[in-house]
Amino acid sequence: MIPRSLFITIAIMLVLVIALGFYFRQMRRQAYELEPAATAALPVTPPALGPTENVTLYVADDAAGQLRPQAAKIPLPSGRQQRAEELLRALLRICQQPGAGHPLSAASDIRSIYLVDPGVAVIDLNAAFADQHRSGIMVEQLTVNSLVETLAANVPGISRVSILVEGKPRETLAGHADLTQFFDVQTVGQVVSGQ
Amino acid sequence: MNKLLAPLLVVLTLWSAGTSADEKQLFVYAPVATYALPIQVRSGHEYVGLLELLEPLGRVSSEASGRRWRIRFNAIDAEFIPGKTRAQVQGREADLTAPFLVENGRGFVSVASLGTLLPRFLGSAVSFHEGARRLFIGNVAIRPSFRLDADPQPHLVVNFGSSVNPTISTEPGRLRMVFKHDPVVGPENPSISFDSKIITEANFSEANGVAELDIAGSIPLIASFSNNARTITVSAAPTVANVSPGGATPPGTTGAPGTATTAAGNPVAQMGATPAPAAPTPPNAQQNVNRLLAVVDPAHGGDERGAALADALSEKDVTLGFGRLLRHELEIRGFSVLLLRDGDNTLALDQRAETANAAHAIVYVSLHAVSQGNGAGVYTALMPVAGQNNGTFRAWNSAQASSLSVSRMVESAVASELGKKQFQVREAAASLRPLNNVTMPAVAVELAPGPNGIADLTSASYQQKAAAAIADGINSVRDRLVAQP
Repeated sequence: MIPRSLFITIAIMLVLVIALGFYFRQMRRQAYELEPAATAALPVTPPALGPTENVTLYVADDAAGQLRPQAAKIPLPSGRQQRAEELLRALLRICQQPGAGHPLSAASDIRSIYLVDPGVAVIDLNAAFADQHRSGIMVEQLTVNSLVETLAANVPGISRVSILVEGKPRETLAGHADLTQFFDVQTVGQVVSGQ
Repeated sequence: MNKLLAPLLVVLTLWSAGTSADEKQLFVYAPVATYALPIQVRSGHEYVGLLELLEPLGRVSSEASGRRWRIRFNAIDAEFIPGKTRAQVQGREADLTAPFLVENGRGFVSVASLGTLLPRFLGSAVSFHEGARRLFIGNVAIRPSFRLDADPQPHLVVNFGSSVNPTISTEPGRLRMVFKHDPVVGPENPSISFDSKIITEANFSEANGVAELDIAGSIPLIASFSNNARTITVSAAPTVANVSPGGATPPGTTGAPGTATTAAGNPVAQMGATPAPAAPTPPNAQQNVNRLLAVVDPAHGGDERGAALADALSEKDVTLGFGRLLRHELEIRGFSVLLLRDGDNTLALDQRAETANAAHAIVYVSLHAVSQGNGAGVYTALMPVAGQNNGTFRAWNSAQASSLSVSRMVESAVASELGKKQFQVREAAASLRPLNNVTMPAVAVELAPGPNGIADLTSASYQQKAAAAIADGINSVRDRLVAQP
């Protein structure tokens, strides 16, 4: 003879198991339905996490043939490397806007920045950045100067900058600016300030 | 297998050597450019590409429409029919000496037709030395005059009226001047005898685009340049006992027995030519005769097109025409010029720097073109100025450092002259190779469109104005360049 209390306990547990099973099934269906929308909404570059900071971006101006310092407020992560990447992406966004003074292709992106002690920054551009860049001594040099100067002004401790494309060394940016050498921050700074 | 391959290789080598040795060229001398074009032989007639011939002289375009091949040069329209010897130029008939040819979309006219055909396009006099394949457009010919002076020793003064840059070689009793890029033509009588026992005769001849002036003498002769290379004086070579340790040979003197050199002692101004061996003149004299060589480097070329300036216009084509003009402008200011590229050939950046450095020139100018902006940009290498003497050896990537201060002087001078000619000018430093590999003062000039937009980049007059300004700028700091250590 099964005691009455045990019978009731088993019945309640059975109901709970069935209810939980039904609940999990519903949850899985919901997750499946939401998945495509979630993928489509993913940003190309994850948003920076961190407090908003005042920075100075050195934006190229083709008409004037020089860089213009431009103050901006952007969220910056605490890590030096991520901070450097976000800075250059912010710079890029200005040049990708319609009517920009130094237009860059919308597909241009910074793949990564490696900070190597002592004082070396390696900027890795995506292929579109270089492949779709306009060709010419001035326009290419302005791009290089803009990247180097913006980095040096906002990430302390950088003295030399190297530029790669898709993780590999490349002869020139678009036929002129030599990318095989390191760019000396001090020398570029003198050029920029002398303009 | 090797036994089979060896004779094949020998045959191929001999064939290729014969091909290059027998290559026929048409040399064109015009006020805006001096250039050479390959000659094709078809059915026993010599042909030259009409588009290629007119390109350095003005704005030119062509199109094939049905059986007809049309060309527009500046405002002159002409129409040719392949296989026919009759053409229409500005609505008027013109006869060709051989049927017109079209190969791969390119139109070819017989070389013998040029004397009558070209004046219809150019509106100026054309003198064609058909046997020598030398074509003179406008009043460019340089006709030398001779004067034999007896005091203090017999010497022959050959006055050309314009700067010349011959390759000079000597052998006992003979001094030979070979003019490849100068429009030198012969005197009325190609053979002149002199009433002298030391310098007896001068003979002029021309063949396959090259003019040659042979001076005969009874003793070894030397040549010296003066009057901005407009005058060459031929005299008896000093004997060894007469040469002082400090270099008694006059500055600008070149040519000693068994040597070959160019005006001002410079290497032959053509890529691919065998460099002339240095004349065994005393060190001081040798330094002096090398002082006025400028290297002009039309950027890109061959497989490397440079910027696409327009749908059918590459940077490499603009820089080549611009380079030829700059060569001319520098030459008329007394400079010898080494043009690194005088055709559509690929040259590596290292190769350009190596050639420039080996030439020991006083200045290097790299020429570029761009479709954006307007005016011109003048650039020097992006590197710190050398603060200390690094000795004889220089690092390849910073070879320019010790010349950078003078390069900036050249940059300012060129920019100033461009500004005087109403060009909007930018000056800056750029990480542009091979500027940093060049051991002499070096600048790059990037020509941008003018008031007429992109069409200016192919305009001979616009390029001419820019080339003249660059040459003026370089000439204005000539003394500083010559004083380079």
